[in-house]
Amino acid sequence: MIEIENVHKSFGDLEVVKGVSLTVDKGEVVSIIGGSGSGKSTLLMCINGLEPIQQGSIRVDGVEVHDRATDLNHLRQKIGIVFQQWNAFPHLTVLENVMLAPRKVLGKSKQDAEALAVRQLEHVGLGDKLKAFPSKLSGGQQQRMAIARALAMSPDYMLFDEATSALDPQLVGEVLDTMRMLAEDGMTMVLVTHEIRFARDVSDRVAFFCNGRVHEIGPPEQVIGNPVQPETAAFLRSVK
Amino acid sequence: MFATSLTVNDLLFLLEGAWVTLQLTAWSILLGTLAGLLFGLLRALLPRATLPLAWVLDVFRSVPLLIQFVLFNSLKSIAGLNISAFTVGCIVLGIYAAAYFTEIVRGGVLAVPLSTRRASRSLGLSYLQDLRFIVLPIATRVAFPGWLNLVLGVMKDTALVMWIGIVELLRASQTIVTRIQEPLLVLCIAGLIYYVMSLVVARLGARLETRWQEND
Repeated sequence: MIEIENVHKSFGDLEVVKGVSLTVDKGEVVSIIGGSGSGKSTLLMCINGLEPIQQGSIRVDGVEVHDRATDLNHLRQKIGIVFQQWNAFPHLTVLENVMLAPRKVLGKSKQDAEALAVRQLEHVGLGDKLKAFPSKLSGGQQQRMAIARALAMSPDYMLFDEATSALDPQLVGEVLDTMRMLAEDGMTMVLVTHEIRFARDVSDRVAFFCNGRVHEIGPPEQVIGNPVQPETAAFLRSVK
Repeated sequence: MFATSLTVNDLLFLLEGAWVTLQLTAWSILLGTLAGLLFGLLRALLPRATLPLAWVLDVFRSVPLLIQFVLFNSLKSIAGLNISAFTVGCIVLGIYAAAYFTEIVRGGVLAVPLSTRRASRSLGLSYLQDLRFIVLPIATRVAFPGWLNLVLGVMKDTALVMWIGIVELLRASQTIVTRIQEPLLVLCIAGLIYYVMSLVVARLGARLETRWQEND
């Protein structure tokens, strides 16, 4: 379970997250929507400790993420994250990209890590690209590789930071299909997304962020289908 | 029609000079690479704390190499250090190369996108693992052409050590010129030897780069 309580986050004088509270249960899929600069991506970076917070608390399975005593490298093993810019490691093959963390972080043998990586890559439909370097892949393929790379750590949670925003329109579908597959497998997911229809289809709950706060939250039928807040309605109209 | 007083012994003398040039280059590049790697990493990863280091290295990058040779050689005599002129040459050239290589390494490390490093840290890699498996390999590819340039530059800068009394390739050629009075021919041969030595280094480097480029 991810428990976010009254989190404040600033970059210098600019406060981007202004007191957000949100709980994500095991097996739940929560989508975060909202305009740019509303603090949604930043919040995601705070969940696995890539960004420090100034106030409040974030607990993952009861462990305080921002406690000095917390072993972040250990905690991050169970929180996978997929970025907007897929962030492939350019000097490693697709297979090596996925094998790296299981080998170096989990200490798996080369054979075990390779078997695991091959399985994950086949799962996302990249079984024929094992020896290719990321530069030879399309954006959609690189993003699916990034998903396989995160899944190879057998995370309990997956965070997606606008995973399809940097992709050409015709490549968005293949990545969304992969994410949908994960959701159907029961993975706990937090998605920051601009794909409203997708959010509506896969989410258990949708949170609308506005000015660094959760402005409206509830089941997708409500937040997307029949929003209570005028700002939510205005945002949905603007992205349609 | 074509007559010359150049003897086989003169040619051997030139090659001996070339061997000294190669040795000077190798030692100073070894020293410069090790020190530059360490300094460059420190400069890239702890920019504030290592600012004084940058000031010191700036001195070595800014003062003409010739002055550094003469000053260090005099310092050696004043301090009564019992080291050979060859060692002085290696040390001065090594520090000079280190000063340049520091900036090359720093540039390479800073060229690794922060987002790529975040991706590796998000997988649970520690700070040092991220450096070892992600940052250094990518930075090496970025820094390598600059390093190769430096090697070729240093190889030619070794010519300046003749001012502290070391007989390397250029000094050897001047000795021969003084005796046989055929500067054009002798300098052409010396230049050709420099060219061949550089060519070999450049070719080896190019081969390595092609291998990387096939991947990236």
